[in-house]
Amino acid sequence: MLGLLVCWAPGSGAEYADVVLNKRSDKEGVRPVIYPHWFHRIRFQCRVCHGELGFVMRVGATDVTMDEISQGRFCGACHNGEIAWSVENCDLCHSGKPGLPTGIKGGHQTTGPGLW
Amino acid sequence: MRKRTTPYFECALLTLALGWSAVVMAQNWRKLESDGLHDPGSEAVKVLQDPAEAMSQLPPDTAGNKVDWIRALQGGYIKPRSALRGEKEYEVLDGDVLMNIGGSTPAVLFPHKPHTQWLDCKNCHEGLFQSKAGATPITMEKILQGEYCGVCHGAVAFPLTECNRCHSVRQMDAIKRVRGTP
Ligand code: HEC
Ligand code: HEC
Ligand code: HEC
Ligand code: HEC
Ligand code: HEC
Ligand code: HEC
Repeated sequence: MLGLLVCWAPGSGAEYADVVLNKRSDKEGVRPVIYPHWFHRIRFQCRVCHGELGFVMRVGATDVTMDEISQGRFCGACHNGEIAWSVENCDLCHSGKPGLPTGIKGGHQTTGPGLW
Repeated sequence: MRKRTTPYFECALLTLALGWSAVVMAQNWRKLESDGLHDPGSEAVKVLQDPAEAMSQLPPDTAGNKVDWIRALQGGYIKPRSALRGEKEYEVLDGDVLMNIGGSTPAVLFPHKPHTQWLDCKNCHEGLFQSKAGATPITMEKILQGEYCGVCHGAVAFPLTECNRCHSVRQMDAIKRVRGTP
């Protein structure tokens, strides 16, 4: 029974494909941004963000700044109070633990379960 | 003739099964507040959706997000939009490409259909792959380093631990398919 419990102990770590964006956030005194792929792919196909909106498929490669978001680019193309709630909700995007490095969870850039 | 023990036995089995599925459900997705990423002190963890709430409603899988995203899409469980506003026309290509024929592992079958239901041709062509079977120098080592198929698989699409989902065709059958003999 103990063996079974050990087997079923919840795996540590974040949801597969969660992205941390923290090129400037820590430095500028806000929490890092956590972007959940699972939540968004229920609502949008990959082609919307990785085509129409110009997000590169390499975490950290797209130069996303808060100014551009406020002007309606990148996350701001949707988080504008029209397609999704607006940029005023700082905490909902800036929700990460301070100090997290930019990267993707479960991906080849991390030591997550999907290192392979 | 009735056996009196049967109902108890079944009841015990059912309890076990229910208990087990509850454990499995709880294990599949972490709560945001304890996922190691979200700051438990942030207002957000009270507002944001926990992965289990949404994904336990979708066709299950054993790896990655523990959701079979292809069945979720093709079965109409989810209807992700194809454009920012409204829907845009996109091409779904129903063509398979066989790779690694004659290799030591089962051959790789790349199916265009499920990919083009999520992605545009230009997400892959000509940057990642050439539009000609066999023209791209793909190797498993490069994939494990996050190139070629590994750009998505191991990051967002199902992880690279699932060898047999790509290496899915017996070499014998692959050779027959390529030669066109039945
Ligand atoms: C709502 C927008 C959105 C959608 C939809 C979306 N992505 Fe992403 N994706 C992002 C953002 C943002 C990043 C980080 C980009 C950056 O930092 O440059 C990212 C990064 C990635 C990366 C890079 C991972 C790495 O290892 O560096 C891959 C691969 C990827 N996405 C694949 C997909 C696939 C496949 C789908 C569809 C199933 C998808 N994305 C849907 C926004 C999206
Ligand atoms: C829709 C998501 C989202 C919302 C809402 C949001 N941000 Fe950001 N913010 C980002 C992303 C993505 C970045 C780039 C992260 C990085 O690389 O550090 C960023 C970066 C920043 C930065 C770093 C410097 C810069 O200009 O890029 C600051 C400061 C910042 N945001 C403040 C805010 C404040 C204040 C609010 C609320 C008024 C807010 N953000 C709301 C997504 C968001
Ligand atoms: C293609 C449109 C689109 C883009 C681009 C987009 N989002 Fe979203 N996002 C949405 C929608 C729609 C929702 C759901 C809004 C609602 O429930 O009202 C959402 C919700 C969220 C949530 C809340 C999830 C929850 O648990 O409720 C977060 C966090 C978030 N987005 C972060 C981001 C960040 C960070 C970016 C940029 C890197 C981004 N989004 C880009 C459409 C988008
Ligand atoms: C996302 C799809 C995918 C997954 C998952 C995958 N492979 Fe591969 N594999 C490929 C492709 C594509 C090739 C190259 C085919 C060719 O020769 O053109 C390949 C080639 C190989 C080769 C031949 C040597 C080489 O480098 O070309 C071996 C051995 C191999 N894979 C083993 C594995 C093992 C073991 C796993 C699981 C841990 C695995 N693969 C998972 C797609 C995949
Ligand atoms: C997820 C990535 C991906 C997407 C999206 C994609 N392809 Fe491909 N395509 C491939 C790969 C991988 C090959 C094989 C390349 C090789 O063997 O070198 C291929 C091969 C091809 C070939 C050659 C087939 C043959 O038998 O010689 C054509 C034509 C093609 N693709 C057209 C398209 C078109 C049109 C679209 C959009 C509707 C598309 N592809 C979308 C990955 C993709
Ligand atoms: C641009 C992103 C991307 C690339 C590159 C990519 N895939 Fe995929 N692949 C996906 C997505 C998204 C799915 C949907 C399932 C999921 O998300 O787990 C998928 C699903 C699959 C499936 C499952 C099909 C089914 O019906 O179950 C196979 C097999 C597969 N990919 C093989 C490959 C191989 C082999 C390569 C490289 C030659 C490759 N993929 C490259 C994004 C990609």
